[in-house]
Amino acid sequence: MMDRRWRQIVLVVTVVLFVFWGMMGCSKKEETIKLGVAGAHSGDLASYGIPTVHAAELVVKAINEKGGINGRKVELLVEDDACKPELATNAATKLVSEGVNVVLGHICSGATKAALKIYLDSKIIVMSPSATNTDLTLSGEYPNFYRTIAYDDAQAQLQVKYATQTLGVKKAAVLHDKGDYGKGAAELAKKYFEQAGVNVALFEGVTPGAVDYSAIVQKVARAGVDLVIWGGYHPEASKIVTLMRKEGMATLFMGADGIKDETFIQMAAENSEGVYATGPKDTSTNPMYIEAKKAHQEAYGSDPGPFFFEGYSAAAALLNAIEKAGSTDYEALAKALHTEYVDTPVGKISFDKNGDATGIGFSVYKVEGGKYIQLQ
Amino acid sequence: MGYFLDLFLSGLTRGSIYALIALGYTMVYGIIQLINFAHGEIYMIGAFTALIVAGVLTIYGWNQMAIIFIASIVALLYSMGYGYTIEKIAYKPLRHAPRLSALISAIGMSLFLQNYVLLAQTSDFMLFPSLIPDFKFLTSFSHIARPSEFVIIISTAIVMVLLTFFIKFTKTGKAMRATAQDRQMAMLVGIDVNRVISITFIIGSATAALGGVLIASHIGQINFYMGFIAGIKAFVAAVLGGIGSMPGAVLGSLVLGWTESFFTGYVSSDYEDVFAFIFLVLILIFRPSGILGRSDTQKV
Repeated sequence: MMDRRWRQIVLVVTVVLFVFWGMMGCSKKEETIKLGVAGAHSGDLASYGIPTVHAAELVVKAINEKGGINGRKVELLVEDDACKPELATNAATKLVSEGVNVVLGHICSGATKAALKIYLDSKIIVMSPSATNTDLTLSGEYPNFYRTIAYDDAQAQLQVKYATQTLGVKKAAVLHDKGDYGKGAAELAKKYFEQAGVNVALFEGVTPGAVDYSAIVQKVARAGVDLVIWGGYHPEASKIVTLMRKEGMATLFMGADGIKDETFIQMAAENSEGVYATGPKDTSTNPMYIEAKKAHQEAYGSDPGPFFFEGYSAAAALLNAIEKAGSTDYEALAKALHTEYVDTPVGKISFDKNGDATGIGFSVYKVEGGKYIQLQ
Repeated sequence: MGYFLDLFLSGLTRGSIYALIALGYTMVYGIIQLINFAHGEIYMIGAFTALIVAGVLTIYGWNQMAIIFIASIVALLYSMGYGYTIEKIAYKPLRHAPRLSALISAIGMSLFLQNYVLLAQTSDFMLFPSLIPDFKFLTSFSHIARPSEFVIIISTAIVMVLLTFFIKFTKTGKAMRATAQDRQMAMLVGIDVNRVISITFIIGSATAALGGVLIASHIGQINFYMGFIAGIKAFVAAVLGGIGSMPGAVLGSLVLGWTESFFTGYVSSDYEDVFAFIFLVLILIFRPSGILGRSDTQKV
């Protein structure tokens, strides 16, 4: 008999507590804006995810000290996905069930892709500081996805655009080092060159560390191209460009961020003059960049890690959109993101129809007087 | 035709470098049946030494001919010292051990030297100045090949001739041939085998270092890892030509250089190495002891 009474008491208490908690949850939801931060916070890729958490903490702290957004404080909900798609869907489900308003994340492209469907079903805006997979925005499958980093193809597209429109290249050779990075970049360059109607006369890989590259240089000379696009890093690039110049070839040479490095100029010395390279836009003189870096140093006692500035910018852009829209409604937020400009450490940005930030990304550099000079 | 000639010369240049390294492999193998895997590192050390010496002399403002001469001489001497020491430290104590032990010791030496240079010098690529001057008398040929290519080919040819003369006509050369044929018998007739082995290592190291200096000057940069791939390729060339045979090493190197060059030029550079190794396999199927290798049965 006692037993049954105890059970009833426990049941009543539990029910009461549940209702109470539920009410607490309801009342809280009215007050705060919930900013979810999801990404790799543990495991071997944690170093790519943690800086974004720091960035979000700094942005939110600054906003809350000023009284929040339209009188509402911002609350952070941090979820770890360890860069794994299956954990990313768990993290997303958890954030959605906790009533998150907007999400900053995820970090890895694969994890982001897996989680996006869940957010899309709940009409939640997601903004990544680091997922560079081209399809995430350009496929049009994820209208709720935005990012503050340039996508993978952007660099190749810029190379081809500059080569065809500014340099007037009609015939090009594409060389690479057979590595993941180099061959990937070379294949993209080839694809966009062909779309632009440029004849890719040569597409070949060379072996890094080989004794001599004369044969391939002879082949480039015979192909009679206007431009050599290099996919790979600076050691082979400097050897090839040196051999080309010693051979008396004036063929233009262009690489990507793999050669946009002072070491390339040191290695190729005077032969590096006039070489083009694309690389991330230099934003380190932006006052907000300097301010964000200083805030990080003060709060965490170290220099910021990878994607910190993109994360900082994304958090600022999301919260700015909420402020401008005056609500956390999906349609209103999307409109604000597309139309409003916001000052961030990576520059003054808005978002295009695909969800990619405008005014960020890559620039073309040229070696002049032993230095990379930013063009345009 | 011009293109063919370009590829021919670029293959010849590459083959000459392989030959300078392959000579060391094949001489050492001929005498003590050891594959000296640390040989590629000697090539790298030669290039580094020349770079350091050239750098110092440039600061003192010496003229270019003096710099190239002294840098090469110092690099050669220093590498000879390395070759001699490596043999004494890593191989001599194992002379009567099973051959595999000496082989493992050679691989260990190779790794040690690579990492030693990595730590003592740098892991970065270093700019190597074009030491080889643009000789006036070669400029009339500059439409065919660059002066540095001519210098590499001519230097290699001179080294070959000198080495052949040395082996064929000097007393030490005779002692080396005797040791290669039968070490115990050579000992019995009063040849100082240890001295012969040391000399072999010293000569091999000198030619490898010369190769290192020449190629670094041609390509324009070096790093601690440059000896690995070059060493492997030269080893392949030595096997291709018939390991133990000196003309074989040269022939094998040139064949390998041309194969790579023509394949890159007429087919694709993507599979340059694959093709070179397929060629090696084919030759070894039809001539198991290499192009010029002696086909007599090995004493095991």
